[in-house]
Amino acid sequence: MIHFLLLFSRQGKLRLQKWFTPLSELEKKKVIRDMTLMVLARPPRTSNFLQWRDLKIVYKRYASLYFCTGLEEKDNELLALEMIHRYVELLDKYFGNVCELDIIFNFEKAYFILDEFLMGGEILETSKFAVGGSVEEADTLQETMEEYMSKPAY
Amino acid sequence: MPAPIRLRELIRTIRTARTQAEEREMIQKECAAIRSSFREEDNTYRCRNVAKLLYMHMLGYPAHFGQLECLKLIASQKFTDKRIGYLGAMLLLDERQDVHLLMTNCIKNDLNHSTQYVQGLALCTLGCMGSSEMCRDLAGEVEKLLKTSNSYLRKKAALCAVHVIRKVPELMEMFLPATKNLLSEKNHGVLHTSVVLLTEMCERSPDMLAHFRKLVPQLVRILKNLIMSGYSPEHDVSGISDPFLQVRILRLLRILGKGDDDSSEAMNDILAQVATNTETSKNVGNAILYETVLTIMDIKSESGLRVLAINILGRFLLNNDKNIRYVALTSLLKTVQTDHNAVQRHRSTIVDCLKDLDVSIKRRAMELSFALVNGNNIRGMMKELLYFLDSCDPEFKADCASGVFLAAEKYAPSKRWHIDTIMRVLTTAGSYVRDDSVPNLIQLITNSVEMHAYTVQRLYKALLDDISQQPLVQVASWCIGEYGDLLISGQCEEEEPIQVTEDEVLDVLEGLLVSNLSSPVTRGYSLTAIMKLSTRFSSVNRIKKVVSIYGSSIDVELQQRAVEYNALFKKYDHMRPALLERMPIMEKTASNGPTEIVQTNGEAEPSVVEPKHPPPVGQPASQGNDLLDLLGGNDVPVIPTTMPTKPASAGGELLDLLGDLSLGLSLMAFYLFDLFKTVNFLSTGIPPMTAYNKNGLKIDFTFERANPNPNVAVITIHASNSTEADMTDFVFQAAVPKTFQLQLLSPSSNVVPALNQGTVTQVIRVLNQQKQQLRMRIKLTYIHKGSAVQDLAEVNNFPPQSWQ
Repeated sequence: MIHFLLLFSRQGKLRLQKWFTPLSELEKKKVIRDMTLMVLARPPRTSNFLQWRDLKIVYKRYASLYFCTGLEEKDNELLALEMIHRYVELLDKYFGNVCELDIIFNFEKAYFILDEFLMGGEILETSKFAVGGSVEEADTLQETMEEYMSKPAY
Repeated sequence: MPAPIRLRELIRTIRTARTQAEEREMIQKECAAIRSSFREEDNTYRCRNVAKLLYMHMLGYPAHFGQLECLKLIASQKFTDKRIGYLGAMLLLDERQDVHLLMTNCIKNDLNHSTQYVQGLALCTLGCMGSSEMCRDLAGEVEKLLKTSNSYLRKKAALCAVHVIRKVPELMEMFLPATKNLLSEKNHGVLHTSVVLLTEMCERSPDMLAHFRKLVPQLVRILKNLIMSGYSPEHDVSGISDPFLQVRILRLLRILGKGDDDSSEAMNDILAQVATNTETSKNVGNAILYETVLTIMDIKSESGLRVLAINILGRFLLNNDKNIRYVALTSLLKTVQTDHNAVQRHRSTIVDCLKDLDVSIKRRAMELSFALVNGNNIRGMMKELLYFLDSCDPEFKADCASGVFLAAEKYAPSKRWHIDTIMRVLTTAGSYVRDDSVPNLIQLITNSVEMHAYTVQRLYKALLDDISQQPLVQVASWCIGEYGDLLISGQCEEEEPIQVTEDEVLDVLEGLLVSNLSSPVTRGYSLTAIMKLSTRFSSVNRIKKVVSIYGSSIDVELQQRAVEYNALFKKYDHMRPALLERMPIMEKTASNGPTEIVQTNGEAEPSVVEPKHPPPVGQPASQGNDLLDLLGGNDVPVIPTTMPTKPASAGGELLDLLGDLSLGLSLMAFYLFDLFKTVNFLSTGIPPMTAYNKNGLKIDFTFERANPNPNVAVITIHASNSTEADMTDFVFQAAVPKTFQLQLLSPSSNVVPALNQGTVTQVIRVLNQQKQQLRMRIKLTYIHKGSAVQDLAEVNNFPPQSWQ
């Protein structure tokens, strides 16, 4: 099972954090700090895997964003790379040529997509179309309910 | 009240801040606005405010005051509110806060909502952060949803069930009926999550595992369909159909096939098929191959399949992709125990990985290399590993050094090679060597008797080069102290003997003493080494001078040693040769706590000193102090000991009592330990006597002859106290003339109760081979009425029958 998924920029600014184990705020901050330090310090042509405490850390850089996830011992690291890639593809499909700004300004949507893709640290849906489809359908639900307000909800 | 600013506007504004302080100011202002809005119970904009709060939370600012607001949003009827509310709950709440329990009812209602997306939100939240209490309350609802025909809900319910089982394993049984036809689904999402659920159940319960074994054929079929099926756009990843599902099925097959012949056989074909047909040009194919290899190695596969798996790993090792090499090394490490020979074939590739630039790969390669070392390849492997030790990062050096020592100990082809290897490690990574290596190495060197000259010569040369690495220096000074005579005489057979004079050696050792690079422990070693050389070298005066200088050293440990050695020169010079002679071969003991006392050899003169023979290793400081404390200072008439009968273990346990060394030593101290045996005495008819009677303390001796040795007299002392106050910390010590041997067993207690209310008894065994008249000097220490009392006495009134 995945323990966490973090997205952060090259300057170490956090863009998304998803936790699948209960940790206190302090512990979360420590993990974030450790991850950003470790991953940002990695030289360019090294493997995407690290060992940290008892977790396997898999990270991948896409443009200006680092995707960093922590796995358990029995999880497949190579598949984790595929999982990260799938999430990026889903974001790309939803936002259309996604870039870091999209994730900054629409972070809640990034979360919604993530929640249709992963749950409880495991992959929920393996179909490329189903995830995006569900999120878009739920979006319409949202707009429908707010139709009496001509402006978007928030 | 104007409408609160929109989320995206806030984000835009905050991003314009040029400094941290500016950002903080903006955030504080907005937080204040949000707080007042919350206070006004504004329903319309609550959603917007919480969303903004979540953004600020991501930047690292506190947002706990929004927790209750999230709950209100969840309870709202609007989907927008619920969406943000559940997101906020997952980000801001966790099971540590009591507040989260308030969600339970909302979630329960939403699980039964008419809109599947609302149900989905509830399942998602429960499945990500539900606490055990919540899981217990809502497991029934989840179970219901697991049986629904709606695949969107079913897949979510399956993962939610996984979370429930993880939190509350006892609830696992409840989900069993619902798993009945999970695998007959066509929907990949449901299939995938079902496999995850089944995996979780099988991992946690052997009964479930046995129950689900019957699913193996079905799983094999599904996997086969995935591989053989044509292109499916929604599941395709670089030409492979749904790799996520394939990997999960392989993982479940691994668990089901482990230890079970039938299941393993049923999956043999499909595993072979996957292993041979999977496209390896992209990462995704290798991910599947990786999982396949792990499965093949874990189940009872036929040997052909195993060889295939190892070969795949071998191919991985040669892959350009670093990730794949890393993964290969990790898997090989797992299989090296079971398939040692097969992995050996790839040894050269693995050793090459030691030179890789990637730190993670280097570490794995190092671990694997150590696992592959055996008697046949030791020389070659060690060359590579030593080269690695030279050039690797400091973080590896300690582990590598320990690994080299272990491997060398197990497989050294010759003693000389062993010593050379140790030397190499000490000189290249000397400062990273673990502390406990020093005594181990010393023991090793002592035991290689024929290599002493060679060893000391090489160590001496190493010292001339570099004195900064403490373990090297410590081992070297110990050896020079021990074998300095061999060094001077130029007896080395293994290599060209060097010409070195006594003065040169002493220069080096004195250099260590004054150098800033030497640690206190190292200084102790060198001083002791210098002292030992006084019996091996002829320039005793120089040594005397050095020793006396350090008698006033600031370092207490050095000072103590120097003072004692001085005393050895002055008053007890006759004892010096015996004390400082060559160490016996030490045996490594599996030491387990203190046992017997050291046997003693007495001196004719009653006032004997020399509390200890300088211990050559490890923690001399604490030992020395303890010994002296026990013996009460310099002029204590306590027996020195030379060779205890079991030097290794007795010394070893002695040290265990004091410190953490497992090496045996000969000690010159007198110790009282708890003992474990009692001896049957025969009554012998020897009259008892009073040995001491002063200040209210009376000590009586009673005698027995021990069976079967008639030369051993067994004396039991009985100490009684006629004063009104207890005597605590009572310690009885005895010394006998040289021709006797004495053994003191442990006392019954060390409190002599007041007013003769009880006695302390202790057994002394005296071996009197020469049947000489028994004399004894005793020393008593105790605490009486708050002050420490110490007394010495001679006991001369032994009845003749006790020693005849």
